[in-house]
Amino acid sequence: MTDAEDLRRRTAELLAAHPPAETERLEFLRARFDAGLAWVHYPEGLGGLDAPRSLQAVVDAELAAAGAPGNDPGRIGIGLGMAAPTILRFGTDEQKRRLLRPLWTGEEVWCQLFSEPGAGSDLAALATRAVREDGGEAGSAGDWIVDGQKVWTSSAHLARWAILIARTDPGLPKHRGISYFICDMTDPGVEVRPLRQITGEAEFNEVFLTGVRIPDSRRLGEVGEGWKVAQTTLMNERVAIGGARIPREGGMIGVAAADWRARPELRTHDLHQRLLTLWVEAEVARLTGERLRQQLTKGQPGPEGSGMKLAFARLAQEISGWEVEFLAEDGLTYDDWTMRRPDGVDFTGREAGYRYLRAKGNSIEGGTSEVLLNIVAERVLGLPPEPRTDKDVAWKDLPR
Amino acid sequence: MNDGTPLTGTPAPDPDLLYSQEEDALRDAVRSLFADRSDPATVLAGLESEAAYDTALWRALATDIGAAGLLVPEKLGGAGASAREAAVVLEEVGRCVAPVPYLTSAVIAVTALLGCDHDQEDVAAPLAALAGGGTVGVLAVPLPTAPGGPAPSAVRAAADGALTGRVTSVADAAGAGLLLVPAEGPDGPALYAVEAAADGVRTEPVTPLDLTRPLGHLTFDGARGRLLATGDRARTAVAGALLTGAGLLASEQLGVAEWCLAETVRHTAERTQFGRPVGSFQALKHRMAALWLEVASARAAARNAADALATGSADAPVAVAVAQAYCAPVAVRAAQECIQLHGGIGMTWEHPAHLFLKRAKSDELALGSPGRHREALAGLVALDAP
Repeated sequence: MTDAEDLRRRTAELLAAHPPAETERLEFLRARFDAGLAWVHYPEGLGGLDAPRSLQAVVDAELAAAGAPGNDPGRIGIGLGMAAPTILRFGTDEQKRRLLRPLWTGEEVWCQLFSEPGAGSDLAALATRAVREDGGEAGSAGDWIVDGQKVWTSSAHLARWAILIARTDPGLPKHRGISYFICDMTDPGVEVRPLRQITGEAEFNEVFLTGVRIPDSRRLGEVGEGWKVAQTTLMNERVAIGGARIPREGGMIGVAAADWRARPELRTHDLHQRLLTLWVEAEVARLTGERLRQQLTKGQPGPEGSGMKLAFARLAQEISGWEVEFLAEDGLTYDDWTMRRPDGVDFTGREAGYRYLRAKGNSIEGGTSEVLLNIVAERVLGLPPEPRTDKDVAWKDLPR
Repeated sequence: MNDGTPLTGTPAPDPDLLYSQEEDALRDAVRSLFADRSDPATVLAGLESEAAYDTALWRALATDIGAAGLLVPEKLGGAGASAREAAVVLEEVGRCVAPVPYLTSAVIAVTALLGCDHDQEDVAAPLAALAGGGTVGVLAVPLPTAPGGPAPSAVRAAADGALTGRVTSVADAAGAGLLLVPAEGPDGPALYAVEAAADGVRTEPVTPLDLTRPLGHLTFDGARGRLLATGDRARTAVAGALLTGAGLLASEQLGVAEWCLAETVRHTAERTQFGRPVGSFQALKHRMAALWLEVASARAAARNAADALATGSADAPVAVAVAQAYCAPVAVRAAQECIQLHGGIGMTWEHPAHLFLKRAKSDELALGSPGRHREALAGLVALDAP
């Protein structure tokens, strides 16, 4: 069993063989992956050492202290948080060997082709079709031909690969007729169009899929089992959202508190009361996240992860709204409406107006707050589900 | 304890927010005692009796389980545990609104005595008595007194040690044998120990909002006490007791909220209306899910306060203010939702929900309201008022 001491020794060896100051960034990241120090709980040969997940912190601390380059998780979060755990669980050996290393180093960016304009929170209602090609040319028989439209796709304009869910049997009820694929974003028929949003920039994209050919070897899981595979992806998304560690006054409340200290002339009693309430709530949300992290470290994952995103979304909106109001005349201005396509999202960057508008999305993206409340109510509290009218009806017969 | 320096910028400490195995074992013992002896029907039946608290239940908790002495070092007759363990007991007290003077005697009075010089027999003897659970002690301050405020000084001590004055709304006063009385003496603040049965001491029970935590007014008319501490020592002993009380009250509030949520979920999953369990309606589910998140958050806040008090962290005043500002309204909201989502039955005397609302609302005022704690926080984290 790999223990903390062993990991410290391996990390020291990596640093000795590839001194960060003299090693090119990508070369260092590849070496780190090959040494099994990328994600230590992954299998040997796939960037890990089959070690307990909690020991990753040991490696990260040693590498940070040595000034080693990181793999920019903000930019490749979808690959790390969603694609990788799904490939690890459902992928073939060949898929794992080909895909995980460049995913982890950031050489290949991933995006997620799940949401559709007609489905929204009812994700399993998706209409993108994947039809198995019959009797084409020799060697190509069994490829899938995909047609449809996806939306809210972060990083699609940067991505080499996508995880994709598509309907493979419209005659079955909606959850059962879905399959899960890996889509090559450079293939013919994949068109990415920026989707300009409330802030003026285009963080997301629409993705149009027209006759896109995907070989059957890039399917994850069995035909018709795509919904089950997607559950792994979505569960990991929510764990990733709840897992970050922040200091007191980290994130948006820190910006608001700094504003308060810097602008005494704008203070009112009402704003003071509300700021203190938000400060308490932000501190408690931080502690709740910290408690969840401690549970995960001890191997006792709690259900709090499903709730953390709810708290984060509500607080981000309230704090940024408070900030715009506090800044008075300055709150009425906006820094820049120029249409841009940023590489990632910075929730606390730019100005108060941008933060306020961007935060509105926090209760929608990655599962709306309403869907998350249902998940908490049914899976954590065990409350009975709402009666459903779509459960045993073929997808093709559902009203749309 | 905090010397008043703003704590912003100091690195947040690394609190342990989980429960240890020992804490889980203690919880099991307390929970099974309360399940046997303090179920809602028993608590309800005892409400209108003349007894100040359930003496048999108190003896079992305080003496048999040894919970009264958790905060007292072993050499002084206690268990040498910490605020973390006492917090676990209080979660269980809150979970069944147990009518026992745990917060007042085993937490606040004990902490006040621990703040005095316990090499003195006059301090060590009452500490051992409280730790054993045979004596109930209370700090003679009004229940709403917040930590960090000016020292309460409703009582004057004459040069010969005779105490005069009136202290209103003291929790568990009627059941207490020993009163710890903060007083203003000729040389400044002082803390005295007075036998409740002594000449010149009068206890008037008042009808409390929360019947499970009785209140009394205390009048001292030339009563004689033993001097426990004077000056800064007396002031910090009282301040430390109030801070510890407020920080651990958050765990009681967590327990109250937990029971209310669990009972509401149980009821709405079973109760059928309009042909469905009412708990399947999204409008109700979302309210319970939101409450669950608040309860989970209250647990983190309460654990953080207990850990900061247990480790003597410089961050304790912030941790306590945050826990009180957050947990008090969560308990009240949980109790209000519990009654609302039970419908008519929630408004009846025979359903125990009202006991929890009364405890939650009374706890919200106890040891400083949320607004008082936010005000304290403004000074502690450098967010000055206009």
